[in-house]
Amino acid sequence: MVRLLQIEFIKLWNNRASKILITSYFVLLTSIALIAAIKFDIGPVQFHLADQGIFNFPYIWHFNTFVTAIFKLFLAIVIVSMMANEYSNKTIKQNLIDGLSKKEFILSKFLTVVSFAAISTVFVFVVSMILGLVYSDYNELSIIFSDLEFLVAFFVKLVGFFSFCLFLGIFVKRSAFALGFLILWQIFEGFVRGMLRWKVLGSDSTDAVMGFFPLNSMFNLIKEPFTRLSAVQNVASQIGEDFELNYHVHWYEIVIVLGWTAIFVYLSYALLKKRDL
Amino acid sequence: MPLETILTVNNLTKKFGYLTAVKDLSFTIEKGNVYGILGPNGSGKSTTLGIILNVVNRTSGDFSWFNGTTSTHDALKKVGAIIERPNFYPYMSAVKNLKLVCKIKEVPEDSIREKLELVGLWERKDSKFRTYSLGMKQRLAIASALLNDPEILILDEPTNGLDPAGIHQIREIVKKIAARGTTILLASHLLDEVEKVCSHVVILRKGEKLYSGPVDDMLASHGFFELRTEDMGKLKEVLSKHPSFGKINGENGTLTAYLKEEMNAEELNRMLFETGIVLSHLVKRKESLEEQFLTLTKNN
Repeated sequence: MVRLLQIEFIKLWNNRASKILITSYFVLLTSIALIAAIKFDIGPVQFHLADQGIFNFPYIWHFNTFVTAIFKLFLAIVIVSMMANEYSNKTIKQNLIDGLSKKEFILSKFLTVVSFAAISTVFVFVVSMILGLVYSDYNELSIIFSDLEFLVAFFVKLVGFFSFCLFLGIFVKRSAFALGFLILWQIFEGFVRGMLRWKVLGSDSTDAVMGFFPLNSMFNLIKEPFTRLSAVQNVASQIGEDFELNYHVHWYEIVIVLGWTAIFVYLSYALLKKRDL
Repeated sequence: MPLETILTVNNLTKKFGYLTAVKDLSFTIEKGNVYGILGPNGSGKSTTLGIILNVVNRTSGDFSWFNGTTSTHDALKKVGAIIERPNFYPYMSAVKNLKLVCKIKEVPEDSIREKLELVGLWERKDSKFRTYSLGMKQRLAIASALLNDPEILILDEPTNGLDPAGIHQIREIVKKIAARGTTILLASHLLDEVEKVCSHVVILRKGEKLYSGPVDDMLASHGFFELRTEDMGKLKEVLSKHPSFGKINGENGTLTAYLKEEMNAEELNRMLFETGIVLSHLVKRKESLEEQFLTLTKNN
């Protein structure tokens, strides 16, 4: 396993484009701390975002995992191209001839993806912890370490999304087209949602059905955190609106994403096995 | 000492849709020989190599490495192979590419220098692969294939697309490797290339095997004489009466007489001199591989 990771590491780290993208990704993860610096000071109106409670434990786990998950697109480019480049350089053929089995090949890519997700999770954990310790109004240990399931969801979400990217890289073989396909798929899911909602099902059942689609299921894992902010809720209750959102991470949502992960990895393997290179 | 079998191929067939690229092919490769797979373009050479190297799926039949004692991908770690074009990571230097191959093959990195020196690339070891010329890329591929000191070296059209100097360099390297006793399997459509280095050949045409065995046994032939003298008519008459000769051709003032049984040049010279024919030109030759190949493909 270490050998497979080393192989991928050599391939990735010597590629300047990947190196830059990976570095900027982690810089961006860290830069979420900069939100703390958002401050408006216009005469009587003083607004400091960090004081609005977004860095309060345990809310910060929810907020940071949701926001940083957006940056995963950077790694998506890296992952799609690390797969597609093997085809365009024909190095996949050489790897197999040199004695890497097809299973090991897929496994090495999957392990890389899992490592990316794991490192990101640790990163987000550390950054959030520091931000929280600095800005949070509550600092009891029991509160700090509650709601950590958002980190689990974050990890699963990344693994699922990256596995999808892996599969697209193998399936389409060209990085640009694979990324295009990813966007197309997103539009497709949106289209299906629209059609279901409009013609077939009610709002609740549409959500239930959409929960089984790959990108939607990954998005569902961590719901948007903004309506949970007390500031937002105060405003909402003043205008007579009441949000009744279930913010929690549900076990079945995790199962669905893990299911898709297994499907994507297996399909990648099956595709590689079936194809003549 | 019994011969060690490196590769056995049994009734291998590969179909691409309606096209049968390889048809019921069987052959074995034994340690220590230099094999050539010969055949025109599109005869199934690369497909066959692709199958035994685990990158092309077979339709039917089977093959086994080292008597089937290991899985194919483990066996490939004891094989060095270059298929068509050299494939490396363009953004990595020669040394880094080779280090990666060492990781894949699970061999130590100690021999990188030795192999790069063998193919004359040590001075350029830190240049990125994409800056290499085709000849250098091909030499790096050979170095990479040798990293594990393979039991067998497989080369598919190693001189394709190279300039004469590049071709010469590759051939010298191949000869050097063959001289060390490494088993070699060389696929080529260049007959003189195969003739120069191979002891055994497998001849393919349209995916079918026409012949496999030692080069010398390809045709049960005793060779032929090329003769010239003043009185060509008399020479032809004498030879056609002689029981040792079969077909006799005359063209461009030279008579070509094919032997039906063994006869050496001295014997013929003496015999002709005694009948009053004085030769101005006498050469005994065996058919070149090219002529044998053409005869074989014509007869079938």
